[in-house]
Amino acid sequence: MSKSIVIGVDVGGTFTDILALDENTGEVRVAKVPSTRGDQSAGFLGGIKAATDDLGAVSTIIHGTTVATNALLERKGAKAGIITTAGFRDVLEMRRRDRPTTWGLWGQFTPVIERQSRLEVAERTLASGEVATPVDPDEIRAAAAALLEQGCEAVCLFFINGYANGENEARAAEVLRDAWPNGHVSVATEILPEIREFERCSTASLNAYLQPVVANYLARLEERLEGEGAPAEILIVQSNGGVMSVDTAKALPVRTALSGPAAGVVAARRIASAAGFENVITGDMGGTSFDVSLVADGQNTLTSQASIDFGMVVRTPMIEMTTIGAGGGSIAHIDETGLLDIGPQSAGSDPGPVCYGLGNDRPTVTDANLVLGRIDARNPIGDKLTRLDSEAAAAAIDRHIAGPLGISVEEAAEAIIRVANAKMAGAIRLISIERGHDPKRFAAMPFGGGGALHAGALVREIGLAAAIVPRFPGVNSALGCVMSDLRHDEVRTLNRMLDTLDCEALTAMIAEITASSEEVIKRSKASIDGLEAVIELDMLYLGQTHAVAVPLSVSHSGITTEAIRAAFDASYRRTYGRLLENIPVRVLNLRLSVIGKRPEVDIASLARGERAASADDCHLADQKIFAGGQWHDGAIIDRLRLPAGAVVNGPCLLVQPDATIYVDPGLAARVDDLGNIIIKEQE
Amino acid sequence: MTSIKMDPVTLAILKGRLEQIADEMDATLFRSAFNPIIAEAHDASHGIYDAQTGETLVQGKSGLPIFVGVMAFAVKAVIERVERDGGVADGDVFIFNDPYDGGTHLSDFRLVKPIFRNGEIFCYLASVGHWHDVGGNVPGNYNPQATESFQEGMLIPPVKLFEAGVLKSDIVAILSANSRLPNSLYGDMNAQINALDLGHQRLADLLDEYGETDVSAALKLLRQRADRMMRDHLAALPDGTISVEDYLDNDGVSDDVLTLAVDMTISADRLTIDFSRSSPACAGPVNISRSTTIAATYVALKHIFTDVPANAGVLQPVEFIIPEDSFLSVTAPKPVGGYTETILRLIDVMFQAFQHVAPERVNGCAYGTINALSLAGHRGDGSRWVMFSFFGGGHGGHPEGDGLNHGNAPISTATIPPLEILEAAYPVAFTQWALRADSGGEGQHRGGLGAVYEIELLEESATAFLFGERGKFAPPGVAGGGAGAPNRFYFDSDGPDAADGRESPPLVSKMTGIRLKRGQRVRLETPGGGGYGDPASRTSEQKAHDAAQGYVTSAGKGAGS
Repeated sequence: MSKSIVIGVDVGGTFTDILALDENTGEVRVAKVPSTRGDQSAGFLGGIKAATDDLGAVSTIIHGTTVATNALLERKGAKAGIITTAGFRDVLEMRRRDRPTTWGLWGQFTPVIERQSRLEVAERTLASGEVATPVDPDEIRAAAAALLEQGCEAVCLFFINGYANGENEARAAEVLRDAWPNGHVSVATEILPEIREFERCSTASLNAYLQPVVANYLARLEERLEGEGAPAEILIVQSNGGVMSVDTAKALPVRTALSGPAAGVVAARRIASAAGFENVITGDMGGTSFDVSLVADGQNTLTSQASIDFGMVVRTPMIEMTTIGAGGGSIAHIDETGLLDIGPQSAGSDPGPVCYGLGNDRPTVTDANLVLGRIDARNPIGDKLTRLDSEAAAAAIDRHIAGPLGISVEEAAEAIIRVANAKMAGAIRLISIERGHDPKRFAAMPFGGGGALHAGALVREIGLAAAIVPRFPGVNSALGCVMSDLRHDEVRTLNRMLDTLDCEALTAMIAEITASSEEVIKRSKASIDGLEAVIELDMLYLGQTHAVAVPLSVSHSGITTEAIRAAFDASYRRTYGRLLENIPVRVLNLRLSVIGKRPEVDIASLARGERAASADDCHLADQKIFAGGQWHDGAIIDRLRLPAGAVVNGPCLLVQPDATIYVDPGLAARVDDLGNIIIKEQE
Repeated sequence: MTSIKMDPVTLAILKGRLEQIADEMDATLFRSAFNPIIAEAHDASHGIYDAQTGETLVQGKSGLPIFVGVMAFAVKAVIERVERDGGVADGDVFIFNDPYDGGTHLSDFRLVKPIFRNGEIFCYLASVGHWHDVGGNVPGNYNPQATESFQEGMLIPPVKLFEAGVLKSDIVAILSANSRLPNSLYGDMNAQINALDLGHQRLADLLDEYGETDVSAALKLLRQRADRMMRDHLAALPDGTISVEDYLDNDGVSDDVLTLAVDMTISADRLTIDFSRSSPACAGPVNISRSTTIAATYVALKHIFTDVPANAGVLQPVEFIIPEDSFLSVTAPKPVGGYTETILRLIDVMFQAFQHVAPERVNGCAYGTINALSLAGHRGDGSRWVMFSFFGGGHGGHPEGDGLNHGNAPISTATIPPLEILEAAYPVAFTQWALRADSGGEGQHRGGLGAVYEIELLEESATAFLFGERGKFAPPGVAGGGAGAPNRFYFDSDGPDAADGRESPPLVSKMTGIRLKRGQRVRLETPGGGGYGDPASRTSEQKAHDAAQGYVTSAGKGAGS
């Protein structure tokens, strides 16, 4: 039989989510297993086995990973060093001479590579590309030896003006790769051959910092799969929502800085669009964090660079995302000033919330939801536990929160949820209201295991139009993995005046990069519906330093100066309104993305499965729910069996294997034709 | 005052939308500007200003903080021009750089556009940006030896650049003819026009959607909120008067120290700031106008009381005493080109004053000089080049930790242009771009490190000048912290004053007419920040870390030595 199963795997801090799609039949299966700390690859394999009976039928595994994200946020990358041009070892630490906040001067910055591990060698290339001082291989060997002696596991090679002429850097790279005992060598111009030393150095340094962590993880993953006799191909989701091969990910781990969250946003956009919502704010609530991203007019918000933290700059195309430390495992506590707060400390999945009974005794957001009856204790999500310990959760809330504040356990639990909701609402306001988007035009799309527990509160608190809960909110990122296109990005700095640009050479360069990028994509065994090259030039008037992106189409006869000029004028006019007279135009960079279109996933296929005749038939149990300071008589309802068009009023819980949806009193949940739940005020 | 009511959600949305307009104007100018001082260093600002008083209503978050206060005076100057000469129409845009009316210095060109609704001016939009060259004696206009503004550049009073939507090309011709870099001027001016057009469009959309009444009410409420918060903060501090002085090296003309003294009185929820004991007006260009003094105080207060919204309300409870003969209150044609140095010192003085009533809110002084360094000459093909940039230094130690290494000036949010961009644009090569060890002031929390920049000339010849400060008086620490290292500047020379092939300026931190030949270098060592708290409380782990990283070297001399 043919290998027709594609599997999406999203490894979060708490759960590993799996979605298996049979490309022949359209059948979808989902699973959710606890993530394994230390070695995520263990949970990964367990999850795949839970989602498919036949590992041999799996053609492709597409993986969204938080290994890089966590290493950056927790500063748990490898000890790395830099070998750089004499006079420039502090480029990484001097940044672009900025500060974290406009008002107030209390900034601090700790570079990921310590100053003592940043070594200089005599070499210099000028901006013209002229090599003023050639590099001495012996110096590179000596620097490598010194860094190894210090215990560095990875090294970044970064030379000033390497973008203008990579000769010195390439020569040094050859020597360095020879001298370095493992493959963890990050060469700045190989990663980002673009002008601006800090951005290039930072991106390459973070790549070095991540490489041992990410590469070792991916290698373990491959070993485990091979050990199971499952020779499926693994693809990794990049921060821009496209996917790449495992080998590329090992070489360019920095491109996975926001891998996991990006996949979820891809799925959210497609599902929302199919359901008629072009404006959504996605909210991914996992065990430790809440990630929000804005989709306006059906488009993801992309950014060409991002700061993971102050001064921690990654320059690769990314889906724009705001993260706060409020997840299901976030710990509630009373701070020094006597106020209730949650996070940033998290119990994660191991030991997890108190109700897991795995050793944590400090109350979390999940414990509060459980005490309030907003989670069904008898049917926990994921396969790890058979029931949740409500008594232990209540006792922890009593001891740490209710007692000190002198209120009841239920009141304390509701206060924890209110604080968590306010934090999430703040993150959403930041990317919507504060950027001038009117929340009334946006719907919230919660996903992750816990997002749908808070969706109704967010709709009310922010004044959003509605919440749309996808059919499989708990495995949304895994679904996004399956929906993501293959993508390979390249950039070259040209830095030529348009009137002296050699269009033939540029046409040849584009053809060559396109061919090699297509080669990279075709190496993958994943099925592709077609290849598409997106070509852009970064162009600017002579004298400017910021470029506009000029989309370019290449005709059969090649590119002409006139065609580039016309494209520039159109882009410049669209961006700024006014063209400038008699000022020459410069072509700074060529950017080329080759996209391998993956087969369209039919969203409706997710809604398959047996449905009940009416909402009443889906009633599973009565449930006491605490909200607004009092207990209500509510219900537990089987979400996946609800028929299209069914409406149920809160308070109630809609349960399914991967997530729980909580509907507040006064709100109503309606099932749309694609199996999504739309939550709004009752009419 | 009539009380205005608005539901908090609508107010929050309008606040966000209005700030977004100013932010988008900032972004548009930064991205389409020509000269790196705007495009990379963000020496520019945009805002929305009151139709009658010119007061700041909303300010972009990414522009230069000093402009927040100062632009109100610029818009006021346009309002006065309109009242005097009349004839303002929809589609008019005013342009000017008069620093005595509009604050700061001649390099900052302001474009001010009245926004009409129903035949009346609803508000003004304004754009200010630091142009690359506006004539005068030295390229880049930081002339440390100017004794009259005429030596600093052209002075343009508020005139119409657009009349009812039509560009007046004769004005453009006058401006272009007075700059060494007319293309850069033309590009920056167009970028500012782009920003105003975009702001106008966005504001019109907002007014169409919410109506003039609601938007106007929101603007008033936001200002009242800033006023109220500022008063609450002041009321929480002990009443009394605090007197503090700090100093400027010299005025660039004669080597006499200038005193910047403040007597600050807190009385219930009011603050009186008296600069009477400061030096009188000087011959050289470190004078500032009254509007600049007020704007700089605003910046200092915002750094200390960070949560107060950025609008005119902040200054509502503050009274100023600035004598007319003070160097903090000059009029034309006293030179003001080096205004940055004076306002940085003013901010340092405010931190030093507030350490006595609110040590938990302040930090050691930052490096305290803009260090405007210019290299200029002609290329082999005869074309002129001017590399002009501001350089960074250390921030002060603060209650939460050590000062930031290599930060930007407190008056700005400017980033430094990438050295690769500078090298690609000008015939220079940096030979060092590094942290300056031992430059942070001692303290429980050490001051951040300044920087070392060394630049080699790749053309036959060039002229350099420096406009800096803090060469004699290093940035002080607060709450017991020590001072950072002072500013140092060297240039290669085979002249009679050279030692080891290099010289330093006779006036320490300021010099013009430095001649450089191919292969010669200039070297700038910028100050570190002042420390915070008693150095004796610094832990041995922190000291060991400083040593391992080379932040403090085995010479062990500590900062400032």
